[in-house]
Parts: sequence; C-alpha cells; structure tokens
Amino acid sequence: MPTENLIDIKGVRHAYRTKAGPLPVLDGLDISVPQGEFCAVVGPSGCGKSTLTRLVAGLMMPDEGEVWLHGERVKSPRNTVGMAFQNPVMLEWRTILENVILPLEIVAPRMSRAQRVDRAMALLELVGLKGFEAKRPSQLSGGMRQRASLCRAIVHKPDVLIMDEPFGALDNFTREDLWQTMRDLRAKEPFTCVLITHDLRESVFLGDQVVVLSGRPARTQHILNVDLPADRTLESLYTQQAQDMLHLLRDQIRIAQGRDGGAH
Amino acid sequence: METLQKIAVPLLAMVIFLFLWEGLVWVNDWPNYKMASPSDLPPAFWKFRWMFLEMGWQTLWRTVVGLGLAVLFGTFLGMVMGFSRVARDGLYPLLVGFNAIPKATLVPVIALIFIGQHDFNTVLMAFLISFFPIAVSVGIGLSTLEPEYRDILRSLGASRLTIFRKIALPKTLPEFFGALKVSVTLAFIGTNLVEIVSPHGRGLGALFKSGETNGDYPLMFAVLIALAVLGIVLYYAVLVLERIFAGWAERPQS
Repeated sequence: MPTENLIDIKGVRHAYRTKAGPLPVLDGLDISVPQGEFCAVVGPSGCGKSTLTRLVAGLMMPDEGEVWLHGERVKSPRNTVGMAFQNPVMLEWRTILENVILPLEIVAPRMSRAQRVDRAMALLELVGLKGFEAKRPSQLSGGMRQRASLCRAIVHKPDVLIMDEPFGALDNFTREDLWQTMRDLRAKEPFTCVLITHDLRESVFLGDQVVVLSGRPARTQHILNVDLPADRTLESLYTQQAQDMLHLLRDQIRIAQGRDGGAH
Repeated sequence: METLQKIAVPLLAMVIFLFLWEGLVWVNDWPNYKMASPSDLPPAFWKFRWMFLEMGWQTLWRTVVGLGLAVLFGTFLGMVMGFSRVARDGLYPLLVGFNAIPKATLVPVIALIFIGQHDFNTVLMAFLISFFPIAVSVGIGLSTLEPEYRDILRSLGASRLTIFRKIALPKTLPEFFGALKVSVTLAFIGTNLVEIVSPHGRGLGALFKSGETNGDYPLMFAVLIALAVLGIVLYYAVLVLERIFAGWAERPQS
C-alpha cells in the first residue's frame, strides 16, 4: 500500500511483557511524516517515546498496527535509517573521524577510503568540528560529541533520521547552538526526521509538525502544524505566534499528564 | 628528565630494599639457613647459572602456554556468558565453585589422571588457575554493553558478528586486559604449584625443591628472586600489549 508519506505509523499498539503482566506502552499511535519533513514528538516522560524510535528503526515490531517507510512495511532494520541518542555513543577507541565513518563501513563496504574521509570531513566542517577529526571522543566536550554523533547519524545519507532526546543532556546554551546546527544541516542535507524530545521550545524551533503523545499507554493526542518560516532563528521563538503554539503545547502536555482540571 | 625519573625511582627503591634486607640479616646475625642475605645471592646465581636459564625457560614457556589457553577459553566462555542469560545463570555457580577450590589440592588429582605428563600437567594447572578472571570480566564487559551501542549498528542492518567485531570486542578490551594482569600472575602461581608440589625435575619450582633437599638455602632465595623477575617481565609484557591494543582507554592527563 504505497503512500505519499515517507513515514506512516498506523494504529500501533505495543505492550512489554513484565513479571506483573503486560505493560501497554503504545495504544493507538498514528503519525504521518511527508518526505523531507521534521516531526517532533513530545509527551510526558515514560510514555513510550523511545519505543516509537525503535519501531521506526525496525529494531522491534509492534504487537498491532503498521509502520511504513517509503511505502514498505518495516519488519527489520534497514540501512536507510540514521539514529542519534541522548548518549552520543562515541566509540572511545576511534578518533572522531573514524567514529563518523563507522556507518559507511557497514552500508557502503565498496566505498573507497578517500571518499569516506571526504564525506565525513564535509559533515564535520558543517557542524563546526573541523580540526577536531583526529581527536578522541574523550578529548571533546559533551556538545561536540553530540555534534559528531549527528554527523555519524547522517553520514550514509539516510532517508530518515531518528533522534531520541539528542540534546537532553546538554546545557541550555549548547542546546540552542545545536538547534541551529540542526537547522543548517537540514538546509544542506535534506532528510526526513523524527525527533523525540521533552523540550517544547525545541519542538517548535525544529519541527514542521509537533505530535503530542498522551501519557502511557501513549496514543496520538494532538498534532500541531508549526507554520513558522523554515529559516527560523532563536528570535522566532519569542514572536506571539510561537508563544501561542508553546502555550497550546503546554496545555496539551498538562492534559497528557492527566492534570487538565484547571491547575494553572 | 621524566624518563630518567621513571627508571631511577624504581631502581633506587630496589637498591634501598636490598640494603634494608642485608642490614636486617647483618644486625640479627642470622645464618643463611634462617635467612639468606642479598650478598649470598650472586654466588648462588653464578654457581647454577645454566640451571637457572634452563629451568627459567621451562617455567616461562609453560606459564605462557597455559595463559594463552586461558585467554582463548576464558574469552570464549565470557562471550557465551555475555550473550546468553541462560548460559550465565547456568555457568556462574559452577565457575565460582570451581574457582573456590584451592588449586594445590588439584595438583595430586591431575598428577594421578595424567601420570608422567609433566609438561601437560603444568600447563593445565596454569590454565585452570588463570582462566576465571578473564571469563568473568569478558562476560561482564559484554553483558553490560549499553543497548545504544548495539543499536547504532543494528539499525543499519549489521550482523551480530559485525557488531561483535566492531563494537563489543574493542569495548571489552580494557576489562580484558585488567583481568589479564591478574591472570598472568595466577598462571605463574599455577606453574610453580605443580613444579613444587609434584616436582619432576623441570622448572624453577624443581630447582627450589632441590635447594631445599640439599640444604642450599641461598639457592632457594635465588629461585624466589628469579621467580619475582620472571613475574615482573610477564606483567610488563601484558602492560605493553595493553598500551598497544587498549591505550585509548587511558584518559589524557590534564
């Protein structure tokens, strides 16, 4: 069943088996992301957001419902996906450059060494890590490691970039820097993106749409289309339009947390 | 300057140690059958120099072979336990129990099972005593691998073997070398245990035994020193290997 959307998640339900019986985490999840769009997913903590990333990546199968990528059912991992986590997951025994090259070793075994290096270096330059390629991850700050992790996630030109709270462990200013890096990357390297976050400002700054999930078990509770210009700046977050969206999202989160009894 | 310090300080410490030892024996006026002094050692070494070379080599190669087997088997066992919960639950109590048996009690058992196979027995003991730390740390290293590490490759469709080769194996190397430093000393103990408890005329342990039998006390002390030297050599050999293969785990000094 081909669709025009790059990612289609339809009626997904999933429960984990625990000693205390099944623990439902997803209960009626519907998300559609058109080609090239940036979808930010927010929701209360523990609501199954990380499960969502594993489903899209094909690392697990839902109990019920379907995940479609490029008009194909996702049943196993595919190399057209890139992943980034809150933990930058740098391989300490490799230099930054070798870390970024890693996916190419799997996805493009025939690619020449020189081509790999060129590709990785171009990305490192885009995120401002030129000159650090020969360093070990332990020699870099958390923000820089996360930048390198982003490069690694997209070095093989994936169709879909899945990010699970990638900036969650960074301080506020570093985080804002990385939002802008992300925006600039997208302008030069088109990819479709699913971003899991609990930072509403981040979701509005980066997202084309923001999906609000309900508390566990999660279902799609609200979808907000972010009609800010593509070349937003941090200033855009302080416009009335953005403030209204943030208000709306905050209210939705309150509902998701089950506290909609006028607790302002 | 720094390299000079690195060599000079341990050397100085050794000289001071020898002086204290010599002084202790001299002050108490101990005869050499109570405790030999450092000055008794060079004649003992010189007198048995060819024996020391031959026996030292015997002890060394059997220790290294035993340790090599321990590395292979320990790594294999660690992999099995690291990847399979069932295997871990099943094997752990067995391993802990086996490790708790004082290995000296195994010497006569092994000597009876493999009568006359001296080299084999010695290697076997070096192996038996030293594989445990390796198996445990490789197992723990693999089972505590954060799922994200696996996911970055698994999401690309990489095979289990590739994930092991590119992520799990290198990530476990620091733990592996930590265990190897313990194992190298243990393997050494295993070799000497057999050489002393069940002497068969081979290895430094046998030389020690013959010193005891002939009342040559300086020789016994000389053997102890030779064992210490061999131990240091093996330990630093492991350290060099660690530098080469897991040097990245050392944090840069700030």
